[in-house]
This record gives sequence, structure tokens and C-alpha cells, in this order.
Amino acid sequence: MNKSREPLFHITKRGALPWYAAWGIRGGAVLLALLACALVTVLVTGENPLQVFATVFNGSFGSPRRVWMLFQNLAMLLSVSLAVTPAFRMRFWNVGGEGQMLAGGLATAACMICLRNTLPNWAVILCMVLSSILAGAIWGGIPAFFKAKWNTNETLFTLMMNYIATQLVAFFIVVWEVPKGAGQIGIINQSSEIGWLPVIGSYKYLLNILIVAVLCGVMYVYLNYSKHGYEIAVVGESERTARYVGIKVDRVIIRTMLLSGGLCGLTGMLLVGGTDHTLTTTITGGRGFTAVMVSWLAKFNPIWMILTSFLLVFLQRGAGEISTSFGLNQSFSDILTGVILFFIIGSEFFINYQIHFRHAKEG
Amino acid sequence: MFDVVSFIPRAVVQGVPLLLGSTGETLTEKSGNLNLGIPGIMYVGAISGTIGAFLYETSLPSPDALNGFLAVAIPTLACLAGSLLMGLIYCFLTVTLRANQNVTGLALTTFGVGFGNFFGGSLIKLAGSDMPYLALSATSLCFRKTLPWAQTTGWFGKVFLSYGFLAYLAVVIALVAGYVLRHTRLGLHLRAVGENPATADAAGVNVNRYKYWATCIGSMVAGLGGLYYVMDYSSGIWSNNAFGDRGWLAIALVIFTIWRPNVGVLASILFGGLYILDVYIPSGMNLAIKEIYKMIPYIVTIVVLIITSMRNKRENQPPASLGLPYFREER
Amino acid sequence: MQNKAPAVELRNITKRFGSVLANEGVSMEIRRGEILALLGENGSGKTTLMNMLSGIYFPDEGEIFIDGKPVVIRAPKDAYALGIGMIHQHFKLVDVLTAAENIVLGLKGRLDMKKAVRKIDEICKAYGFEVDPKQKIYDMSVSQKQTVEIVKVLYRGADILILDEPTAVLTPQETDKLFKVLRTMRDDGKAIVIITHKMHEVESLSDRVAVLRDGRYIGEMRTADSNAQEMTNMMVGHPVVLNIDRPEPVNPRLRLEVRDLTVRSEEGILKLDGVTFSAYSGEILGIAGISGSGQKELLEAIAGLQPTERGSVTYYEDSGAREQLLGKDPLKIQEMGVVLSFVPEDRLGMGLVGNMDLTDNMMLRSFRRGRTVFTDRSTPHHVAEDVVRDLSVVTPSLSTPVRRLSGGNVQKVLVGREITQAPSVLLTAYAVRGLDINSSYTIYDLINRQKAAGVAVIYVGEDLDVLVELADRILVLCGGKVSGIVDGRRTDKRQIGLMMTRIGGGAHE
Repeated sequence: MNKSREPLFHITKRGALPWYAAWGIRGGAVLLALLACALVTVLVTGENPLQVFATVFNGSFGSPRRVWMLFQNLAMLLSVSLAVTPAFRMRFWNVGGEGQMLAGGLATAACMICLRNTLPNWAVILCMVLSSILAGAIWGGIPAFFKAKWNTNETLFTLMMNYIATQLVAFFIVVWEVPKGAGQIGIINQSSEIGWLPVIGSYKYLLNILIVAVLCGVMYVYLNYSKHGYEIAVVGESERTARYVGIKVDRVIIRTMLLSGGLCGLTGMLLVGGTDHTLTTTITGGRGFTAVMVSWLAKFNPIWMILTSFLLVFLQRGAGEISTSFGLNQSFSDILTGVILFFIIGSEFFINYQIHFRHAKEG
Repeated sequence: MFDVVSFIPRAVVQGVPLLLGSTGETLTEKSGNLNLGIPGIMYVGAISGTIGAFLYETSLPSPDALNGFLAVAIPTLACLAGSLLMGLIYCFLTVTLRANQNVTGLALTTFGVGFGNFFGGSLIKLAGSDMPYLALSATSLCFRKTLPWAQTTGWFGKVFLSYGFLAYLAVVIALVAGYVLRHTRLGLHLRAVGENPATADAAGVNVNRYKYWATCIGSMVAGLGGLYYVMDYSSGIWSNNAFGDRGWLAIALVIFTIWRPNVGVLASILFGGLYILDVYIPSGMNLAIKEIYKMIPYIVTIVVLIITSMRNKRENQPPASLGLPYFREER
Repeated sequence: MQNKAPAVELRNITKRFGSVLANEGVSMEIRRGEILALLGENGSGKTTLMNMLSGIYFPDEGEIFIDGKPVVIRAPKDAYALGIGMIHQHFKLVDVLTAAENIVLGLKGRLDMKKAVRKIDEICKAYGFEVDPKQKIYDMSVSQKQTVEIVKVLYRGADILILDEPTAVLTPQETDKLFKVLRTMRDDGKAIVIITHKMHEVESLSDRVAVLRDGRYIGEMRTADSNAQEMTNMMVGHPVVLNIDRPEPVNPRLRLEVRDLTVRSEEGILKLDGVTFSAYSGEILGIAGISGSGQKELLEAIAGLQPTERGSVTYYEDSGAREQLLGKDPLKIQEMGVVLSFVPEDRLGMGLVGNMDLTDNMMLRSFRRGRTVFTDRSTPHHVAEDVVRDLSVVTPSLSTPVRRLSGGNVQKVLVGREITQAPSVLLTAYAVRGLDINSSYTIYDLINRQKAAGVAVIYVGEDLDVLVELADRILVLCGGKVSGIVDGRRTDKRQIGLMMTRIGGGAHE
């Protein structure tokens, strides 16, 4: 019998892997990814690898300001990731976090600009919160409505909604631009600080961080212990089972996306009202897309998401630091982020599947 | 007045990158792979071509020594190689390792855009330019060579003959892709793989091989879109982030054409036209309204998406297994 | 017995899925000019074994010989090259393509649809098939799709044909037609394997029978030398005495009245046509019929899952109060205080969530309880413990996803949960499908206990032997119509079989 014609190996689906083994594999992938990144960096810069790692670390923890920046970025990324997660648990691919954030940010800016002379500060902030949630919810609710009624492909729909939001923001930037013809709004209410979220003590970012921390806990409880969370999980696993036990699938889809979009909108508010105090078309910094990866890497678990979003933010800031100190441009961090993601994405295979080598068994 | 003769050529040159991108993505999606990495791939295609052209131009003793054939061939091959590598990364992760397609695609876009801007920025620095861009005008001239009768045939020449070779190539690729998908065995197998890989597999079609080929060829075609943008549309000028969101618009175009590349030929010109409509519609001093016009392509895409899902005609749906990994021994 | 050269010889084939042994050391022969019936209970490894011949799975151990030569079948392509064609139970057709496109799928060479259509027409003429090569698959009926599958295999010149439960979805007329074609092909010198567990089909069609049990090869015999009893015994492993308790209904009271129930599928096909019957407490109403005669639609309509065209489903409480169930969804029915338990046919796709553990699956029915926004996990946890203990469910733990359990244990979990609700109406669809004899008897026993507790049980079954022994009354469906309702104690298999294929069927009640 001609053995050489047999397949060399074949692949089977694994049973359950204990959680520590699964996270061991992921951890190994991160280490490999870091080595690969170091290699790339060393090749590009010619520095010694230890120096490179020290720079990465320095980028995040080098000074109190950097640590604050790290946590602020972490909070924003985590916030969007938490927002898109209910949708993902439902197997609704909401890649529209960008658009929903922009919608929320736009609503916030609108409140800050239009209401500054009519309402007291606290009322403006209240309006900002409500309108940003509403705007995000609308942005997320539209694709959900069509998904629920006609099963319209939600990945493509939410993706397109991002660019409509971008253009809408671009439109209002021209409307509100200061000075005329500048093509940007500049800092809104710079002198009056109306609509600026309050600062706790002297820590500019603390409020945002606290809000997101609370959100994280609430989301964890919501998804794992509430009736809504359970319904979301059932709908995600099997719509037929959901109908069988009397869950109204349409309603759950729309409700969950209103929540998801609303939270994205709130994140937009935190960005505009809490830190940036301006509105640009790129204010989201691609977090709506990064959130997809954060959430997926954490297996849609809010607590693990702290870790995965930390990892991504840490690397981005570290890579940013590499760029500055070695005179590379900022986009270098995107390359490194990409490389790391490839490794982690690839590692999932080894968690879910097993490779059997034929000759090994015969030997 | 609305000047049709000058409007159409401008719409076409806007449309060509979208056409190449969407043809590439259609081929990919027909195999069941939803490649959201296309924007990144187009960036990589563009920068790879730019690097090729830059290396060639700087290796010359003087600009006059430029060989027209090499000036086109080197960037084109570099572009194809770069985008092929991107396609391979995507395939390895999603087909061989069965990773989630959405996540992989988005990571690929992050990577690709970063790659483009990083090397773009580095080249600009290398070239010692004071401006935030890099100009490869000599190479661009070769890419932009129009058909010989373009200047002598009046409006006909302007509308039909005034483009560089990549524009015509884009149309040819789209038509060939449309033909292959509809009328050949390859196309039949590819459609079957995207619709129902288990069935295709049982019928003896090598599912993974088709997914690899379709995705890699699709990536290379899309990469050419990036190359066209830099070398022809922008006259050989690379500046970071100039390509913008055209990659996503290309994905929108796939939906708009309901997965038919030959429809894309006209649809891409329509999209290109919508993209620059703001210049042609008199809006007076109201600059803001232009941003609203730019929304139109996305809105019509959504409308198409909604209408096709409402009519629920089987032929007009996305490939049934789009976005799903395939594993034969799944139980 | 004339000696025919074996077309296929399997030697010591073993296949595992994770820890599950699907086939173990199977050796057998398939011969030309012969119809071999591969017999075995569900889960005995018939389909897995044949899938290794057709290249879907690769055996972990063992060898395959075709016409005496050793071969390696790594992919379906290899199987086709060796002349092996399999018609799967779930059709492998691409919906949006035409019949002809599906038939030529996977072949080599230039695509010439005209030539292909000509060849298809020739095959159809030779064997008496009716196929419109230009028709899209999604426009076809089940039997048309099956015909396309067979033509597809013949088109590739297959002379070893494997059919996996081909009659499960066919009407008797379609079955007869199929059998005629299969006999023609056998006389043509082809080797044919038919996987089935229907005894009468085996007896009327096959030349030889091979039996699998628990993944192992048990033995073979010539059909002419054997009989259904012997085959069944081999299949099950011990003499089968189907002796199911049937206590007299105690104090039966009208519980459910279905009138003129009519259901049309989304494609506009009439699935139920004016179905009228009553179900009583403390009684088991059996539902018999060829698969796809409207059983699924009937149960789902009662459970509030199926849009209906007209009719009524009235629920009678003990007090005599009436409730109309039709037009209400499962949630509304539940809120009205009607406890309706439903064990659906598709256990993991509808009744349970495969990726959730036992506790979470128990929660499917109870998660709405309590006034807080939070779910109560401790009660379902106790329910899960009780079910595991009472029904002797074999599971590593309560936090094991149910999809990892074996078929019998999955069903015990599902039935256990539904019974825990203390229902007044229990609907079951193919409750013992794929279960071994012991699990089946556990389920019969559970159902009988529900009956004794005064539940109105509606039991949809496929095994007529069981129906005749278990049910107090049997309603026979035929093409969505009620063919008749007979007394379970005064009927036999034959009569019901006739009623399944013909309205009335000569029944007198």
C-alpha cells in the first residue's frame, strides 16, 4: 500500500480545553507576537531588542501623564468594546461602532453649541448625555430594525452607517467651523467651559475612567445574570430555540442594538464632552473597529476585555513611543498592532482544533 | 452649466479604483470570504507600487534614462506582490486556521493602512521632500499615457480615450470576472463554494484551494486599484491618508452591484460621479452641503441592501456562506 | 448463490470523533449486481461508515479495497474517480444553481451546458427520471431534489451507489418509483447500498443485508433467507419484546380541541388541511404518518410557533373554562396559565441550546420567573440535578454543554425539563428517534407516568409497532389531512400503514 498518498495530518475539532490551557495558548501567542514585533522593530531601527521593549514600557508608564493617557485610552476603547459586546453575543456583527460614536459625539457637540446660551451648565450636560445616547441608539437601531424584519445583512449595513455618520459630522463641522473657512470647529466653549464634563480633583481623565469602570461591571452583570442577557445569549445561539421558549426575537435584536448603539453614543459623548472638547471626523480613532477585536479576543466577556483592551492600548502607546524615540512615523504602531492581532487571531485555531500527525501514530 | 464632457472623465478616474477594489472583493466574497481587509490591501497595493517606482526612479542616473516599460512593470509587479501577500495572510488565518473573518479583515485593514502610511512617510523622509508628499511624476507619466487619438477626436476622445492603461485594464478585468463567474466551470465552482461549501466539497471541488485562489486574485485586483489611485489619479503623488475611505466605498459597490462585476463598470462611474458631484452641483457659498452629497453613495448602497433583502430574490442575496469558516468534519 | 466479485471491500475500519467511537473494526463487502441493505439503529455508525467510502471522513484505521485493489479515499473527488457515488440524507445541492449546474459541479473540462443537458436527458430517459435541467433547486420538491442527486451520481459514471435513508422524505408512490429505478440499476450491474432501518423496505428491495450495531459489524445474511424478526434482533442485539405498558385512561376529560386547522408553508404549499380532533387528559393520542405529512406543523401550531391559515385550538380547563390558543405565541400561552410542554423533533436546534450547559438549558423554560431583572439560577440548578438523578443522565457535570452529551442523554435532558414543568398537555415529536432500546423504554415510561398524572399526551411517532402498543388512540395523517382516528387497542400496523398512504385507508371507527 502506498503510504505516501495518505494525508500527512488531519484536523479534528477539540473537545473543551480547560480555561487555563486556552489562555496559555493565547498568552503564548502574545509572547510570540511580541518577539515578532521586536524583530520587525530591530530590523527597522537597528536598536537592541531590550532597548525596544524598554521603550514600549516607557511609552505607557514613563511618566504620570503617560499613565493617565494610557488609562484614558484604555477607558475609551473598553467603553466601545463593552458597547458592541451585547450585539456580538447575539451574533449581530455590529461593526458600526464608529458611526454610533460619531452620532453620539455629534449630538453632544450640538448640545454644547446650540444650548450654551439658553440653559445652565448642568442642564446642557444632561441634554448631552441623553441626546448622545439617543443618537447612538438611532444609529444602531436602524440596521437592527431591518435585520429583525427582513434579515438585512447587518455587517454591511452598520459598516455603511459609519460613513454616513462621518459625512454628517463633516457637514456640521463646516456649519459650525470657527473661524469661517478653517475647516474645523476648534475647542468648543473654551472660555465658558459649558458642557465640559466636571473634573474630579485635578485628574482630567478620572471621571471617564470611573464611568467606564462602572459600565464594565454593570455590563458583566447584565450579560451574565439578567434576563435580558440570557435572552441575548439564546437568540445568539439559536433563533429557533428562542422562538420555541417564547422569546420575541425581533424585539430582542432591536432592543439590544438600541442599547449597543446608545452606549457607543455615550462613549462619543465622553470623548467630546469629557476629553477632547471638540468634534472631528476622526475623533473616534478607529476605536469602533478595534473594539470588534477587543471584544472577540476576550470571548465577549467584559472582565477579560479589560485585559485585551489594555493589551492593545499598551502596545499602541508603546509602538507610538518607539516611533517617536527612534524617529519613525506614528503609523508604525498600526503595523505592530496588526502583527500582534494576526498572532492572537491565529492562536484561536489551536484552542479549537487539534492536529493529528499520521506518521507519528504509526511510529 | 453642468458640463457632461468634463464631468464623465472625472467620474471615471474616481470610479476606476472603486471598480478594481469591488471586482476584487466580489471575487473574494463569491468564495464565501468577507474580506473587510480590502481597504488595507488597497493601501498596501498602492504603497508597494510606489516603493517599486521610487526604487526604480532613484536608481536611474538621470530622469531621461527612464525605460517606459520598466517604469510600468516594476511598480505593477511590486503592487501585485504586496497585495498578494496581504491576501495570503487573510487566507492563512481564515481558511487554514478558520479564524473569524470580520476580525481578521479589520486587523488586516489596520495593518495595511499602517503599512502604507509608515512606508509612505518613510519614503517622503528618504526623498528629503519639504512637502508632506512624494512625487513620482516620471513614472506617473508612463501610467497616464492615454490612447493616441484622445486629443484629436473631440468629446469622444475626452470621454472614452483619455485614460491610462490601468483604467481600461480595470474594465477588462471586471468584464472577464463577470464572464468567468457566469459562464465557466471555474465560476460555477467558485459560486458553489461561496453558497454551500459542504456541497461543493462533496462534489469534488477543493474548497480551500478555491477560497485561496479567489481571495488572493481578488486581493491583487484590489491592490491594482490602489496603484491606479497613486500613479494615475494622483499623478504619482503619494501623501499619507490621501486614499481615504475609498476601500470601504469599494465594498459598498459590491453590494450595490449585487455581486456582479460587469455591472460594476457603470456603477463605479456612477459612484465616482457621486463622489465628485459636489464640485458640479452649484451650491454657491454653501460648502457644507458638499459633505452631504458625499453621503449619497453610502445611502444608495444601503437602499440597495434593504431592497434586495426585502424582495428576498434568491439570486440577489449575498453568497449564503459569506463570513462562515468551513470545516469538513464539522458535526 | 452465484459468486460476484466484491466491488468494495472494507477491512478493519475504525473512526473516532473525539472520544466517541463511531466505527470499530468494521469489515464488509459490497458486490456488483446486488442491492445491499445496511441495517442498524440510529447512531450505529452506518452513515459514518459510508461517509468514509464517499470521502467525507477519513478513517482513523483500516483499509479500503476497490475491485481488489487497495485505495486511499481522501476527498469526495477520489471517491468519484473510483466510481463511488453517495446520495446523502441531507441533500448536497446548491439552492441557487440549476439542476444541470448542480449535476456538473465538481467535474473537469470546459463548461458546456448544452452538452451537459443532453447527457442528463439521456440518463433520465434510460432510467425513467423526470428532471428539468434548467430548474433552480430552491423551486424543487424534496423528491425532485433526490432525483437530481441520483442523476448527479450517475452522470459521473458511478457504478457503486450509496443511498442514505432515501425514503425518509418520500411518499409511498415516490418510494415505489425509486425502488423500481434502483432495481433497474442493479440489473445494469451496479453495486447499490441502501442505508435504512425500515424492515419492509429491506425485505422488498434488498438482496443481502449487513447489520451494524454500536459501530461494530454484526453480520450479514441473504434477504431471502431471513425475516424481519431476525434482522431486528441482530440490529438491537437481543431478542426484542416490545412490551409497553398501556394502562387504561383514568377519568379522561376533554383538554384540547383542534378544529379545521389549516396551515400553509411560506412557499404556499398546504401542510395541514382541515385537521380536526380532540385530546383528553390521562390519554396518549398517537400521531402516525409518513414523515412530512404535517406532524411538525400540527405540533408547532398547537404550541404557538406556526402561523396558521384558519381553524381553532381550544384548551379546556378542569373547570370547563375555555381558552383559544391559536394566534397566541408561546409566551402568551404561558402567561394564560396553560402549561404546554413540547419536545420538538430538532432537539439541539430548537428544544435546547447546544452550547449552553445543563443548568442554562433548564432555565430556558423558567428564566422569566421572579420579579427582578435578574435570572434565578439556583432553581434550574436543582432541576438539572433532579433530572440527571431521576433519568440517570450520563454527563461529566452540570456545567457540560449539552451538545457534548450523547443523543439519548440529550433527549433525557429535554424530556426531563419539559416534564418538570408539570404540564397539562405534553407534545412530543419522535421522542425516541436515535435512542437505544434502554433509553427508549425510559422515555416510554416517563410518558406513561405523565398519562397517569392526567396529562393529555400527543405522541408523534414513526415506529408503528410502538404506536400500536403505547397510544390509546391513533390519529393518522396523510398529506396534511386526517386520514382517520383509530382505537390503539383494536388496530394493527397494517391498517395504520394503509391509512398513512390513503385517506381513510379502509378504517372504520
